[in-house]
Amino acid sequence: MRGFWVNDALEESPLSADAVLDVSGLTTRFSTPDGVVHAVNDVSFELRAGEFLGVVGESGSGKSVTMMSLLKLIPMPPGHIDAGVADFGGDDLLSIDAAALRTIRGGQIGFIFQDPMTSLNPVLTVGKQLCEPVMLHTGADRKGAKARAIELLDLVGIPDAAQRFKNYPHELSGGMRQRVMIAMALACEPKVIIADEPTTALDVTIQAQIIDLVKDLREKLNTAVIWITHDLGVVAGLADRVIVMYGGRIVEQSPVAELYARPEHPYTQGLLNSVPRIDQKGGELTSIPGQPPSLLSEPTGCSFAPRCPYAFDRCLIETPRLAAVDAAGEHLSACFWDTAQGRERT
Amino acid sequence: MTETMNAPTQASDGASSGVPILEVTDLKKHFPIMKGLVRRKVGDVRAVDGISFQIRKGETLGLVGESGCGKSTTGRVILQLDRATEGSVKYEGEELVGKSTSQMRGLRPNMQMVFQDPHASLNPRMTVASIIEEPLIEHRFGDRAERLAWIEELLGLVGLSPTHANRYPHEFSGGQRQRIGIARAIALNPDFVVCDEPIAALDVSIQAQVVNLLERLQDELNLTYLFISHDLSMVRHLADRVAVMYLGRMVELAPVDALYESPQHPYTQALHSAVPVPNPVVEFGRERIILKGDIPSPANPPSGCSFHTRCPIATAECAERVPEWRETNPGHWVACHLV
Repeated sequence: MRGFWVNDALEESPLSADAVLDVSGLTTRFSTPDGVVHAVNDVSFELRAGEFLGVVGESGSGKSVTMMSLLKLIPMPPGHIDAGVADFGGDDLLSIDAAALRTIRGGQIGFIFQDPMTSLNPVLTVGKQLCEPVMLHTGADRKGAKARAIELLDLVGIPDAAQRFKNYPHELSGGMRQRVMIAMALACEPKVIIADEPTTALDVTIQAQIIDLVKDLREKLNTAVIWITHDLGVVAGLADRVIVMYGGRIVEQSPVAELYARPEHPYTQGLLNSVPRIDQKGGELTSIPGQPPSLLSEPTGCSFAPRCPYAFDRCLIETPRLAAVDAAGEHLSACFWDTAQGRERT
Repeated sequence: MTETMNAPTQASDGASSGVPILEVTDLKKHFPIMKGLVRRKVGDVRAVDGISFQIRKGETLGLVGESGCGKSTTGRVILQLDRATEGSVKYEGEELVGKSTSQMRGLRPNMQMVFQDPHASLNPRMTVASIIEEPLIEHRFGDRAERLAWIEELLGLVGLSPTHANRYPHEFSGGQRQRIGIARAIALNPDFVVCDEPIAALDVSIQAQVVNLLERLQDELNLTYLFISHDLSMVRHLADRVAVMYLGRMVELAPVDALYESPQHPYTQALHSAVPVPNPVVEFGRERIILKGDIPSPANPPSGCSFHTRCPIATAECAERVPEWRETNPGHWVACHLV
């Protein structure tokens, strides 16, 4: 088979030199009473320094589990990471010991969760929770940590930061709590921030505030961001590159403009056609027929094949791998069918 | 000041072609706040605070707003699932406010509801057939054989198979469960259906399936929808007219194209500009109106225009006087001093 498979492409690509995080072959499963859930299957990607990587997928696509696996934030058991390497500055996140991982978690890699109400401790003031990582990871004393915490609250646009320092999470609104979460993730000047659906629980005008803040912070801080979402609209205005996941696999990966202008994978195409746009008059919505796959069976073939309008015999037997579809090797798709040419890829 | 919110009967509304199926006039729903040992009433949450509009036969009226704006309460009060504090709801000319539960029962077959959460709104211990049969028994629809035949037909109508009839809700995915909820809602041949965020709990690729189903059923069964949603893009896709609510009041109501192409109320404009578009060219190029601050509590709404605390163009007048609900263009209603 010809074509640039992703791993070969990575070795040759000069861009991989500045990758801050290089994940390959990540496979995460959960052993449940109903059987083994194949949540993440052989996922490989890289995150480049300072870049904003959008990860798009529906529930059960494996987008959150992929990122949580990297920091071992999944419950183990029932979860187990069966294979994979995650190179972060020379360390393999998946094999280093717990103590080493602890210094990276919250230090060099920050995490922002979807629901700030359940991820903040309700019985501690936000100030106390902000000081904790600062003291732990930077060795600052109480006074220094407090000054840093107030500086951070100010940075994320919380008015009257010194007063808010003393507030408990329940005294803040949803948008303010998410700002506190962002401040916590930024506390130790991480190289990477992983944000898991950070605006999904928020109202649309508050989401716009948070996105505005994130754009502003990006310009100031130059931190690499992985932004997990189900909303194709949110990443369109934020990301440099986008990864699309389906059934525990990456099905497409591309620079943002290219992905929306020329989606290659039939799933990405279907997804873009099924969302209405606020700036366009409604026509018929083209829905994707069928249901998302059950992850309980060992995936054979392409997991999108049962819903795919282009599927043919090969899709049911063989699993397509991510391969470059453009000359630069930046746009990758995992599909045997070339929808533009209307023929099988060779 | 709420008298100023009193809309004249909106006969001049739009092309005035449609016959109203539902007329809502100065509707209010206040929930009491009780405190202390003797549960003394200390205030009200003004969930719905004086709204007036009509829904015409065969149309879809979209009702949009952020959480806590009163859109779901409006839907429930219209169906008398919650009792109105004040105001009037007329269904085909008949006043519903003040009707007893048994008086309402006779009207229930005409007006139904599709709920947001397909997990919570279906009884897990009942089969699909018995879930859909329940309203049929309640309203004495045919004998058992006729009912089962109709259930099979209904399942076909909503895109499920008759073999699904004897399964339980947990055996279905979210999208399929929502189809069951829709089958139950249309079982008694209603004219009017309140859809309360029917797609909010569904995955993106499934949302389009359910919306297409609702649109097809509307054509085939001649249904009128009140479609409550926070998804402005989806409402643009399926509504004929759209109403925008903020803190219990309606701020704008207009035909869909007018509302999305020339929104007049500053809140509608901000809401519109806050919705991300799945197209990087559009997204990187556009200027956003970012509202400051949070949505105030409906227990203690701001004076005057309730939006004045976040409004980018508010004047001193806005803090003092409640803006009048008035028609600025034929069929285009706005509550703002500055329009």
